[in-house]
Formats: sequence, C-alpha cells, structure tokens
Amino acid sequence: MSQAEMTMQGHTTAGHSAAMEKPAFSIPAKKMAMWLFIIADTATFAGCLVAYGFLRNGTPDWPHPFESITNVAVMTFILVTSSLTMLFGIDAARAGDKSKALRWTLITAALGALFALLHVREWLELIGQGMTLFKNPWGTGLFGASFFSITGLHLLHVTGGVIALIAVGLRYKGGRYNADDLEITGLYWHFVDLVWMFVVPLVYLLNLKR
Amino acid sequence: MAEGHVSNVKKYVVVYVVILAIAALQFVIAYSNISGSQMFARMLFLAVVEATLGLLFFMHLADNRGLLWFVVIFNVFVLLTLQYGWTDSFRMLGGVQWAK
Repeated sequence: MSQAEMTMQGHTTAGHSAAMEKPAFSIPAKKMAMWLFIIADTATFAGCLVAYGFLRNGTPDWPHPFESITNVAVMTFILVTSSLTMLFGIDAARAGDKSKALRWTLITAALGALFALLHVREWLELIGQGMTLFKNPWGTGLFGASFFSITGLHLLHVTGGVIALIAVGLRYKGGRYNADDLEITGLYWHFVDLVWMFVVPLVYLLNLKR
Repeated sequence: MAEGHVSNVKKYVVVYVVILAIAALQFVIAYSNISGSQMFARMLFLAVVEATLGLLFFMHLADNRGLLWFVVIFNVFVLLTLQYGWTDSFRMLGGVQWAK
C-alpha cells in the first residue's frame, strides 16, 4: 500500500470515528437543539420577569387592576390541560397509533388557540378600560409596558406553538415526521406551559385589587 | 402497538392533578390576608415546585440526569446573575424623585 493510500485510509477512519461520536447527553441532535432553545428562552423570560420585579418593587403607585381571577384561572386550566393532551399524543405516537396521536395533537392545538383567544379578549378589555403601553387609569404607566411585554411574549410563543403543533402533527400523520419530532414539539409546548406558571402569580395574582 | 412501548398515561394524569392542585393553592394564597412579600415568596415557591414537576415528568428530565444537571446549573447561573440590580430597585423607592 502506498503512503498516499495509507494516509487516505487514516483520514477515512478518523472521519468515521467522528461521525460515530456519542451524542451529547445521549439524546438525538434535534432534541438537544430544542433543549438549547428552551434554555436560551428561559433566560429571556427570566430577564423579563426579573425586570418586571425590579420595576414593581421600585415603583410606589403600582396598580392592582385585576378584579377577578376567573379568566386567568380558566386560562391556566386550559394550558395545563393542553400539556396533558400533548403527552397523550406523544404516548399514542410511541405506541405507533398515528391517528390517535394526530387527534390528541390537534386537541392540544385547539386548547392553545382557545387560550390565545381568551388572552386577546382580556387584552381588549384592559385596552377598553384605558390601559396602553404607556399609561393606565390606575397608576404608573410602567404597568402597561411590563404587562403587555411579558404576556405578549408569552402569547407569541403560544401562537407559534399552535402553528407548530398543527404542522408537525399533520406531517407526522403523513409520514414525513416521526414520533421523536412530535415529542420535540411537545417539549416546546410544555415549556410554554411552565413559563405561564410563573407569569400567573407574578403578573396577575400579585396585582389583584384588594 | 409498537413493540416494547410502556404507557405512562397514569403517571402523567397524577402529575397533572398535582400541578392543578398547586395552581389552585396559588389562587387561594392570592386572597389570603398576608403581607406582599410573604405572598410573593409562597407563590414563587409553589411556581418552582410546579415547574420542577413539569420538567421532571412532562419533559422527561427525570430519565436523563446529565441533561437535568445541565439545564439546572445553567438556569440557576442565569437567574443568579440577574439578581444584581435589586439594591438599585430598593434605592429607587427612596432616592429618585419620580418614584415618590
């Protein structure tokens, strides 16, 4: 064997060993990418919530405009339930039942859409009462800025999630995606649910009218 | 049914009920007669418990210890670095004209 052939063989072997490297944390690369996105997005929401806490703590005339918890309680119930229906969908996908997996995924998307509608209705009510990004009838204008920023960012995530759930669900049923892809979308959906668990007490419940 | 698939539906339902119960507890605390700081501390603690349950069982981090530690250490680091401004926040209450 010539020197050149031996070198080529060496490169090929090295290339194979690199390609066969064990994936990080023993999970597929796509799932790892979603986890990295979730970690980065957690930092984004944490930054928003800490900034909100900073302003709320440092502003004496912080408003307490929420008279009822009914709407936010219903929204919380819907979002937590949608996490459960997502898990049912993933469980069905793991069992190989594509129709059932799609059905549960679409139910999850429908619950997400309902959550978004309730959220928009709540926004319109607050806007109707005179609340904007910069002013409101109850106190500092910083409240509107922080409320709309945090809930708007979350609503954007919910809307994106609903679209992703429908797209991935249909493509899973069509055979282009597999159960792993559905599970990865589910990770994102659970993350959106987890963020809401912090938004509710900090942004809504601490600002109830007393 | 796919070979070797073990359904976790029962476990998911139990965790779902526990999370809903904790969320309900937060709403009860919102109407309790305690100071704002106490209310904040209790609600935040319950939110952390809810999120931990979601991470461990809904997002399956309980099955992957390495990834669990990676996520926890990174997020705790980020959260700690975000706490540097609180002294300024308290200073605003007494020291800045527009905040009075």
